[in-house]
Amino acid sequence: MADLAARVLEPVVDFGRIARLWMRATMAYPASFWMLAVSSPLTTGLDFVALVIIFGNVDDLGGFSLTEIGFLYGATGVGIGVADLVVGRVGNLGELVRTGRLDTMMTKPVPLLVQVCADGFALRRLARVLQSGAVLAWAATYVDWSPARVATTGAMLVSGSLIFAALFVGMSCLQFWTTDTAEVANGFTYGGNTATQYPLTVFPVEVVKALTFVLPIAFVNWYPALYVLGRDDPFGLPSWLQHASPLAAVVCLGACALAWRSGVRHYTSTGS
Amino acid sequence: MALIEARDLNRTFSVRRRGAGRRDVVAVRDVTFDVEPGEMVGYIGPNGAGKSTTIKMLTGILVPTSGHLRVAGVEPSRDRRRLARQIGVVFGQRTSLWWDLPLRDSFDLLHRIYRTDPARHRANLAEFVELLALGDLLDTPVRQLSLGQRMRGDIAAALLHDPAILYLDEPTIGLDVVSKGRLREFLRALNATRGVTLLLTTHDLQDIEALCDRVVVIDHGTLVYDGSLPGLHEVGGSTRTLVVDLADAAPPIAVPGADTVRVEGPRQWLRFPAEASAAPVVAAVAAAYDVADLSIQEPAIEDVIRSLYGSG
Repeated sequence: MADLAARVLEPVVDFGRIARLWMRATMAYPASFWMLAVSSPLTTGLDFVALVIIFGNVDDLGGFSLTEIGFLYGATGVGIGVADLVVGRVGNLGELVRTGRLDTMMTKPVPLLVQVCADGFALRRLARVLQSGAVLAWAATYVDWSPARVATTGAMLVSGSLIFAALFVGMSCLQFWTTDTAEVANGFTYGGNTATQYPLTVFPVEVVKALTFVLPIAFVNWYPALYVLGRDDPFGLPSWLQHASPLAAVVCLGACALAWRSGVRHYTSTGS
Repeated sequence: MALIEARDLNRTFSVRRRGAGRRDVVAVRDVTFDVEPGEMVGYIGPNGAGKSTTIKMLTGILVPTSGHLRVAGVEPSRDRRRLARQIGVVFGQRTSLWWDLPLRDSFDLLHRIYRTDPARHRANLAEFVELLALGDLLDTPVRQLSLGQRMRGDIAAALLHDPAILYLDEPTIGLDVVSKGRLREFLRALNATRGVTLLLTTHDLQDIEALCDRVVVIDHGTLVYDGSLPGLHEVGGSTRTLVVDLADAAPPIAVPGADTVRVEGPRQWLRFPAEASAAPVVAAVAAAYDVADLSIQEPAIEDVIRSLYGSG
C-alpha cells in the first residue's frame, strides 16, 4: 500500500520539482514574464467580451441567455486552462524528438510524460484558468443551486480538465511519428474549446452527435451544464448523458494511455 | 552474470523513400556481446554503422526488433526507469542539463529525482567538482558554458547517482587537445577507483588507445571485430614502420621480414607486420649496415579500421 502510494506520489512530486525549477528560470527574465502574464488573459478574455457585445443586440443565442452561456464558457475555459497548465507542454514533443532531448529524458528515472509536461512549465498559463474561472463564478450566481447540482459542477470541472488533458496528450502522440503535427493537435484541443464556448444548439445535430460519441468534447461542459441549468436536452438525447462526463473522461484517458504507450514503443529517435 | 548481455540483437527501421514507398533498413543485425563489470569497451565503426542505435537499445530508448538484451539485470526498454538508476548516459552532441539554469540547480534537481542519499550526493558532488574543475562554474547558466565545460558538467551529472555503467557517445567530440587529455585521465581514474564500467563510442581513436582494453567494431550493423586493440592490428593487417638513418646514402636495405618502402638520401623506411617483433629486423639492419639512428612508427588505427571495413 505504501509502495503504491509512493508510485503515484513520486511522479507528482517530481513534476513539482521540475516545474518549480522552470518557474525560477522564467523569473530570470521578469519583464517578459509580466508582459505575458498580463497580455495572455487579455487575449483569451476577448472571446467573452465579444459574446457580451453580441448580447447587446440579441436577447438569446441558440435559446440560451448570457448568464447560461457564461456558465458554458467558464466551464470549458477552466477545463482547457487546467489541462493546458499541467500537460500543455506535451505539444512540444516534436521539438524534443528533433533536438534529441527526449532521448536524454528517457534515461532519467522519472516517467517520460511527467518530464515532457513539466519541461518549460510556465505559471502564466494559469491566466486562462483565472479568467475563465471569474466568468464561471459570475455565471454561477444566477444558478438555482442544489447539492446535486454542486456535485455535478465539481465532476464537470474535473472531467473537463481530464478530457482536455487526454486530448492534448493523445493528439501529441502523432509527433512520435511525424514531428511537425503540433497544429493538428491544436485544432482538436483549442478548436474543441472554441466550439464548446457556445451552446451546441448553434450546430446541426450531426455535429453534436460527433462531439458526443466521436470526440467527446460535449461532456466537458454541455451535458452537465444542461443538468445544472435545469434545461431539457434541446436535441432530445437521453438525460443520462448529463451525468456521463466522468465516464467520458475515463474512456478518453484510457485511449490516451494506449496512444502514449504505443508512441513510446514505436519511437525511432533521431539519426545520430 | 555479465553486466551487459546482448544476444542476436536486431533493429530494423522502416524508412519512407520519396516515391518508392516504405522499405525496411536493418540498422543492427545479429549483434552479440557481453560486457563484464569493470570493463572499458570502445564501440567503434564508421558513420551510420549502428553504434548509436546499439547504445539507444542498451539505454532503453529504442526497443529492439528482436533478440535478447539484459543490462544490469533488467530488460532496458521494458524497465527504463529502473535501468536509469544503474546507468549514466552522456551524449556528446547534446546536453542533459537544463539550459537556462545554473549548473548547481541541475545537479540539485538530479539529486532529488534520483532520490540519492543526501550524504552520498554531497560527497560525490564535492569529488566531481574537484576532479572536473567545476568549482568556478557552478553558478553559471549552462547556456553560457563552453563546450568543454558543458561536457564536464554533463559527465558529473551522469555520475552523481553512482551508476554501475557509464555510456559515453562521442565524449571528446569538439574538445581541444588539453581538454581531451584531462577527460581521458578522469575516466581512467573513475574506472580504477570506482569500478565503473565504461562503454564509449568515438571517432577519436586516441580515446580508444588511452582508455579501452577491448574494442568492439561494428560495420553495416554487423559486429566485425571483438577483442583487444593489438589483436585488431593483427586482423586488420596493420604494419609498423622502422625508420633507419644510415651514415651514408645507400641502395634500398634488404633484410628478411621487412620491406623497404621508401628511400630518401641516408634515411630509409622499412615496413613490417604490426604484431611481429621489431627486434630481429633491427638486429638484421644493424648487423649489415652502418646505422646512425633508428625509430619505430606505430600504426594509425584509422588505417587499420579502414582496411577492416574494406575487407568486411
